[in-house]
Amino acid sequence: MEPIIKIEHLCKEFKLKEMDVHALNDVSLDIYKGDIYGIIGMSGAGKSTLVRCLNFLERPTSGNVVVDGRDLAQLSGKELREERKSIGMIFQHFNLLMQRSVVDNVCFPLEIAGMKRSEARKKAMEYLEIVGLTEKAKAYPVQLSGGQKQRVAIARVLASDPKILLCDEATSALDPQTTKSILQLLKEINRKFGITIVVITHEMAVVQEICSHVAIIDQGNLVEHGKVEDIFSAPQSREAKRLIYQGFEKVAEMKGKRCVRIVFAENSSFEPVIGNMVLTFKTPVNILYANTRDLDGVAKGEMILQLPEDAETGEKMIAYLKNAKLSVEEMEDYESVHRIGGAQGGREEGDEAC
Amino acid sequence: MLTAREVSMIIEGIGGTLWMVLMSVLFGYILGLPMGILLTVTGKDGIRPNAAVYKVFDVISNIFRSIPFLILLLLVQPLTRLILGKSYGATATIVPLTIAAAPYIARMVESSLKEVDHGVIEAAQSMGASNWTIIFKVLLTEARTSLIVNATIATNTILGYSAMAGACGGGGLGDIAVRYGYHRWQPDILLITVVLLVVLAQIFQMTGMFISRLVDRRRVE
Ligand SMILES: Nc1ncnc2c1ncn2[C@@H]1O[C@H](COP(=O)(O)OP(=O)(O)OP(=O)(O)O)[C@@H](O)[C@H]1O
Ligand SMILES: [Mg+2]
Repeated sequence: MEPIIKIEHLCKEFKLKEMDVHALNDVSLDIYKGDIYGIIGMSGAGKSTLVRCLNFLERPTSGNVVVDGRDLAQLSGKELREERKSIGMIFQHFNLLMQRSVVDNVCFPLEIAGMKRSEARKKAMEYLEIVGLTEKAKAYPVQLSGGQKQRVAIARVLASDPKILLCDEATSALDPQTTKSILQLLKEINRKFGITIVVITHEMAVVQEICSHVAIIDQGNLVEHGKVEDIFSAPQSREAKRLIYQGFEKVAEMKGKRCVRIVFAENSSFEPVIGNMVLTFKTPVNILYANTRDLDGVAKGEMILQLPEDAETGEKMIAYLKNAKLSVEEMEDYESVHRIGGAQGGREEGDEAC
Repeated sequence: MLTAREVSMIIEGIGGTLWMVLMSVLFGYILGLPMGILLTVTGKDGIRPNAAVYKVFDVISNIFRSIPFLILLLLVQPLTRLILGKSYGATATIVPLTIAAAPYIARMVESSLKEVDHGVIEAAQSMGASNWTIIFKVLLTEARTSLIVNATIATNTILGYSAMAGACGGGGLGDIAVRYGYHRWQPDILLITVVLLVVLAQIFQMTGMFISRLVDRRRVE
């Protein structure tokens, strides 16, 4: 099957007076129809630049973006505008027309497409119903909450019947509750209309909540990509680990000790495995952390075990756990990874580091 | 008290001033609005940046705005005569007023349109909107409140210029103020014309503000 979005050796440079900024270095990625693809990274990593290259709001310096078989760089201005109608985009700050009512905002793409006013209104109302805002049709954006504004933006984007929906930090300006409901709406849209969704975010929670796949961007480089489940169970890159370990910051005991992180499907019986292991080796292990996370609707359990000091027993235990079909990962670089994250004081202030 | 002749002269003066000002605003916008749009669109952060075009209109507007109005009035007299056959009276003053107003209006329009949130323009682009659609359905409509406020300011500036034109036989209330109030020293007429000019300015101001508020949907009712 051909990917619906094919990104090939994408590079983007911004030439500034003082210096050149390499926002993207040789990024290649395939996104398939029906995927919800998360793109995650720190602030300044190049996420927005990447997603803006997917509809050519930003022209790449080199490399190709092929959408549904069409190389965007080859299109004329008119053809590109036509193509953009099938690539919707929603934004962190909603970007609604403030002087138009809600229903007229949703009508806007239909007007661009040249639809008759009465027909456009009818269609707009249908989309407002999908996002649950029928009663706000006549209101103006200023009268809406953030979550409602994003719903209008989603209805507006749906009105042009897109194949692809790009979301640039669409939930970053919203509280956790509203974020959840918007993410649920996106998921529903993905299922109901088969729209491929690309989600830009700096929060692992967003990826866990709705994405089927994830790409991790660090300083303009694609460092890791694949199924969310795989990356969650066995992160390879330091950046991926840092994102996944974000939740463990409070586990202070972990410092300077040999720990492993194990991941299991929630229904798999991990307790007897650990119990049996302790019995087999006649050595206790310390459970430092245990949690279940919801990955795209599938519950995943994770646990951090502190292994005994004795290196040999530790090795054997890891082998034992692997043998029991659990995904096991040594956290020896937890500290260094953690230090990188910690030194920058969290993801928001990560800017300057790049 | 004023004689009947003087009263009818003042009423005529009001008519002359209104005619001059409103026609100049009209022609000023016919020239200045497209120029302001062009400045916005071709500017560095515009939707179709073009340094050369921007520079040309930038320079034109700066030159005309830096010429004092009274000098401009004299400079364009030959042009006025060419267009209207005479170079005095209210109608003739419309020509220099328009020429003074257009570049000023262009700048006002540019600053209003630049206030439009870039994200909204980008959203329109992401929907496949053409530049024309963006100009008419995003820039001009989203900036309408600011455009109207600025039109109000422009109208009152032109009102001020029109009174100045009175000094050179420009017609309207300014002309009466200069001829009766100054040359013949009739302070009552001077006072009345000044009061009338102030009242006109107030009326323009209030009307403009009223309309701008009427069309603004960004307020919570
Ligand atoms: N128009 C531009 N001109 C110059 N530099 C830019 C421009 N847009 C982005 N950059 C630079 O490119 C790099 C990547 O920026 P980008 O906005 O893609 O990051 P991001 O991952 O979306 O970050 P955030 O999470 O803060 O939105 C940054 O160093 C930024 O300064
Ligand atoms: Mg961004």
